Amino acid sequence: MKKSVFFGALAATTLVAGLAGAATLDDIKARGELLCGSNTGLTGFGAPDASGSWAGFDVDLCRAVAAAVLGDPNKVKFVPTTGETRFTALQSGEVDLLVRNSTWTSSRDSELALDFVAVNYYDGQGFMVKKDLGVSSAKELDGATVCIQTGTTTELNLADFFKQNNITYQPVTVADDSEAQRQYVAGACDAYTTDASGLAASRATLPDAENHIILPEIISKEPLGPVVRHGDSNWGDVVRWTYYALLIAEEKGVTSANVEEVLASTTDEEVKRLLGASGDMGAKFGLDNDAFKRSIAAVGNYGEIFSRNIGEGTTINLARGLNALWTQGGLQYAPPFR
Amino acid sequence: MAQGFNRTEMLPPLPPPVTERGAIKWLRENLFSTPFNVVLTLFGVAVIYLLLQSALPWWLNSVWNAESLSQCREIVAATAGPDATGACWAMIRERWHQFLFGFYPPAEYWRPILAFGLLFAALAPVLYSGQKRSLTILLGGVLAFLLLTLYLSAAPSSVFVVAVLLVLGMLALVQMQPGKLIWFTLLYPALTFWLLWGGSVWSPIVAMAGFAILYGVFRLASPLIGLAPAAGAGVVAAVLWWLYIDVPTVNLLQSALPFSIPAIASDQFGGFLLAIVIGVTGISFSLPIGILLALGRQSDMPIVKWLSVGFIEFIRGVPLITLLFTASLLLQYFLPPGTNFDIILRVIILVTFFAAAYLAEVIRGGLAALPRGQYEAADALGLDYWRAQRLIILPQALKVSIPAIVSTFIGLFKDTTLVAFVGLMDPLKGVTQIVRADIDWKGIYWEPYIFVGAIFFLICFGMSRYSMYLERKLKTDHR
Repeated sequence: MKKSVFFGALAATTLVAGLAGAATLDDIKARGELLCGSNTGLTGFGAPDASGSWAGFDVDLCRAVAAAVLGDPNKVKFVPTTGETRFTALQSGEVDLLVRNSTWTSSRDSELALDFVAVNYYDGQGFMVKKDLGVSSAKELDGATVCIQTGTTTELNLADFFKQNNITYQPVTVADDSEAQRQYVAGACDAYTTDASGLAASRATLPDAENHIILPEIISKEPLGPVVRHGDSNWGDVVRWTYYALLIAEEKGVTSANVEEVLASTTDEEVKRLLGASGDMGAKFGLDNDAFKRSIAAVGNYGEIFSRNIGEGTTINLARGLNALWTQGGLQYAPPFR
Repeated sequence: MAQGFNRTEMLPPLPPPVTERGAIKWLRENLFSTPFNVVLTLFGVAVIYLLLQSALPWWLNSVWNAESLSQCREIVAATAGPDATGACWAMIRERWHQFLFGFYPPAEYWRPILAFGLLFAALAPVLYSGQKRSLTILLGGVLAFLLLTLYLSAAPSSVFVVAVLLVLGMLALVQMQPGKLIWFTLLYPALTFWLLWGGSVWSPIVAMAGFAILYGVFRLASPLIGLAPAAGAGVVAAVLWWLYIDVPTVNLLQSALPFSIPAIASDQFGGFLLAIVIGVTGISFSLPIGILLALGRQSDMPIVKWLSVGFIEFIRGVPLITLLFTASLLLQYFLPPGTNFDIILRVIILVTFFAAAYLAEVIRGGLAALPRGQYEAADALGLDYWRAQRLIILPQALKVSIPAIVSTFIGLFKDTTLVAFVGLMDPLKGVTQIVRADIDWKGIYWEPYIFVGAIFFLICFGMSRYSMYLERKLKTDHR
């Protein structure tokens, strides 16, 4: 635990330094650019395309925040961060915001002095196996060889799961997703385990996707969400409510296409407040009153972002599942906008 | 009279037996000379056969035109049967520019290309000092390269003309005074900095003026206060220039005579552009620093000696990854908040230090290999320390260290891929990862590695061949 003490001390130092020059929001406005810590490339969630422009589920949230704060979804600089550098980059002020499929855990909240402001994707660890293995539940995987990425929480979850169910497995450790996929296809392991969203993406790109199944068990909770530094609550509020604005927009049926139309015709008071037609909700965050309207117009509501990047209809083809709105049996629930 | 049996004419020579000539002889001697060799040969043939059997169809079924990996697979299945495998080079075709340039804006590709071509023109006087023929050939090659690539990258015609005139001018200079070409080498770093990062043309010019001031102060002061204090005064003057006068002067000149090209931020750099920028800068700065450190380590002055030893041992004792993490993470904590100290610059500095520490030890080996008589002879000639080093010691010490120096350079260039761990887009891991993150190419495995590996091999092999040429050229003993 020496390492975490070290990082904790570093974080504390930064906290002190950070308090001195808090007001991230003002810094961003002065800079005219949002610095968003992103993945170095994760299918569906964030990666640059052939022309170098970033796209993905996490990337769209950064763009929504930029649209709210700066009025332009393209005023974002995406800073690729690796698993090792991500939190330090945030703490040291190299990025304003980290949207990089990071799991919300208690030690990251306390020890690393970070604030997870929302959960934009509820993920969990699952298993993919070949159909002809004849397995329909992860509990039948006794004695199986399992491909697993080293140095991740998935490794620990896997050990816990097999121990609790009194079955054995043989780990085949791999460095990253592409190697895992290669080993799995080559038959070096019977099962591949990682976050369910990653499994779906891997399965979708296999040459014989129909011969592989993802087992129903989800053995861990992986709430992924945007992260900000401790000590600047106003900035955390801005990110949190930009995200909730996208959720409320889906709940109320406001889309990027119809936002102007809704603004002109709506009689719903909450929608009016959300779009800045009444009240001064935006100003209370230190933003323009139509900030959240701009976000919705730029990237669409939560449902649109989901279906455009990872949802049914894309190659990855993820179901909404836990990420459906609370009104449709999911966990995505925004507090009232008032 | 008995008939003699003496022959009067020579018989024509018979051909050697069939087992002692041609291919059969070669096979017998080289492959089947002993039972053990027979076994080894058969084993070797079997291994080659198995390798070819598994890999050759993959190469032969290569697909160059496809939109995605699944389309590649369909094409392979359609042309070579359902179970065939095939390489999907279509990915390279679609993403090659990211492997070479990262996110550098395509409209500005001519800038790194021009810088790369001129790199060889700048290296020419260092690589082939004063050899008119080699210099002409190299510069001719640069001209041909620039003509072709600038045309392909659709460079503005003014750039085209200026670049061609520049290289032609250098060609003419080589014919008259090949030694003068070194001036271009000295200007090249500023020129390249401006070409790659862009911005106002005045910033590199004014920054280079700092060096002119350093030299001017040194020349003026050295007769008055001696060499070392004059060098110190020059450095102080140059630092003052860079700290206080540089920026206002640039602004003034830029407002008076505005001339600039679009500025490119460091995070747009990637792929081989990044590897070559880090590698070439690291190589060219680590050699002089390494030489100074090696001399410092052998110095009689305790402070110089212990500083050099401390630096070398500290940097060599730490893995490069640690230094990179320091560059990317720790430095941010120690600098005042809001400082924007360019990440590529930070990485270049630490990579240079790392290579310099290794080079210092390599060169120290060369220094130690010189017989003591050489040092004494230099002293006996009445040469001072720097003259003795420059004229007698270093030329010999560097010559014996050439293979090890080039090894260090090759190692440094390959180590540039480690910058992926601090989130920079190196060609091997960084760019490959973003390509694989594209749902179209997810699951592609060997192709990016082979492509990047081939380019690395070409560059490193080139360096290695040059070092062998240099060793032959400098060979003066007759062992």
